[in-house]
Amino acid sequence: MNQEKIRVIVAKPGLDGHDRGAKVVARALRDAGMEVIYTGLRQTPEMIAEAALQEDVDAVGLSVLSGAHMALVPRVLELLAANGQGEVGLFLGGIIPDEDVPKLMAMGVAGVYGPGTSTIDIVQDIRNFVGQKK
Amino acid sequence: MSEIVQKVLAGDRLSLTRLLSKIEDGAPEGQQALAELFPHGGRAFLIGVTGAPGTGKSSLVNQIAYHYRHPADGGELKRVAIVAVDPSSPFSGGAVLGDRIRMNALTGDAGVFIRSMASRGSLGGLASTTAGIVQAFDAAGFEIILIETVGAGQAEVDIARLAHTTVVVEAPGLGDDVQAIKAGILEIADILVVNKADRPGIEQTERALKNMLQLAHPVRRDFTSPYLPASGEALNEALWMTPIQRTVATEGSGVLELVGLIAKHREHLSSTGDLARRERARLAAELDMLIQLGLVENWQKRLGNGQYEETLVEVVSRRISPGEAARKLIGMESK
Ligand SMILES: Nc1nc2c(ncn2[C@@H]2O[C@H](COP(=O)(O)OP(=O)(O)OP(=O)(O)O)[C@@H](O)[C@H]2O)c(=O)[nH]1
Ligand SMILES: [Mg+2]
Repeated sequence: MNQEKIRVIVAKPGLDGHDRGAKVVARALRDAGMEVIYTGLRQTPEMIAEAALQEDVDAVGLSVLSGAHMALVPRVLELLAANGQGEVGLFLGGIIPDEDVPKLMAMGVAGVYGPGTSTIDIVQDIRNFVGQKK
Repeated sequence: MSEIVQKVLAGDRLSLTRLLSKIEDGAPEGQQALAELFPHGGRAFLIGVTGAPGTGKSSLVNQIAYHYRHPADGGELKRVAIVAVDPSSPFSGGAVLGDRIRMNALTGDAGVFIRSMASRGSLGGLASTTAGIVQAFDAAGFEIILIETVGAGQAEVDIARLAHTTVVVEAPGLGDDVQAIKAGILEIADILVVNKADRPGIEQTERALKNMLQLAHPVRRDFTSPYLPASGEALNEALWMTPIQRTVATEGSGVLELVGLIAKHREHLSSTGDLARRERARLAAELDMLIQLGLVENWQKRLGNGQYEETLVEVVSRRISPGEAARKLIGMESK
């Protein structure tokens, strides 16, 4: 009867643009057997962290197209840690300049994915991350 | 008492969320905690919200919860938990749970806890562990628990068993109006909502629903356990007549009236003794389910290696009937 599932929040913070990319990733994760809590557009870091707590997720996936990632990411990480969920993996997709990637990884981001990344890679990375944790 | 249960009872949200996962996963710690929490429950009022996909269940749950958090009618402030169930993919076992998208009005409120669940192969509109999740919220002190079903549009009897008040949500424009309203779903409705009242076709949908309600004689829903003798009780109190309420869930109109009807139904349940009857029936149903699961599990454990396969071969070759085979296999364990 014991059936553990990987649970992931997919959110689109900020006021910009569309959530097409986020939806594609959400569907790919579902097809890989994960339970994806889709929270939609215009999520603040506070809303994301609150949802992560209530849903007891293993990972949070953010789609950021606005260029605001250097402000958003530390805030989300800080709020997750404050809630006692420092072990939750933060995965970032969208338009992220190359020079920001090492900085983001140093902050504790588990993975960064530019446009055109294969969803297979994202699925694999989340699985590995959660597998190592458990 | 285990540490996690102590923390849940003390209002620790991190412990609660972790416990919900353990219950959902069927982990032994979850079962243990449910046993410890059980004496602390039984105080919450359970409201089920069901109806076909896209009729506005989540938007309505958002509005109802918002009302209990900001009572415009002078009512008291209540802590609200929401359990929203969406279907799992039968192929991958994964799910996209999207009900939270409509519940943004509730963010940042520590008196609200929203939990999304995948149905995980269960067919009745709820997951098999939804009742356990509800029990945990109840014991944790949430006074109102809103349960949104998958919304298959079928007669979702499970929710009518679990909830005290079942709200069935309809909306205009779901194809042929009368066709879209299955008789079974009217039977489980304590309150019928016609949502999307801002849309054309509302009159027609409402009229069709009224006609169907008039045709359906109000019946007392006694969910009895097959293991109990018939009660023989004279059930002659006033019957509840299912009311119809129009709403626009995106704006909130009709919600105050709807919440008033929920309060009225709750009052009806307690004044007629139906509340106690439903509670008893609900616990009996859960007991029955657990007995069946437990018996099967026990039997499986005691079944010898290959016995099932051997007997199945006999059935497939038509040497013995499925009935004989079952008796034989069940009999084996007692030898
Ligand atoms: N015009 C109008 N649209 C509404 C109303 N209520 C909900 N909607 C819209 O209908 C769509 C579906 O609403 P939801 O609340 O997600 O419906 P649901 O029944 O929870 O959907 P599922 O969970 O997918 O079955 C959304 O686009 C809502 O904005 C309403 O009263 N009027
Ligand atoms: Mg919904």
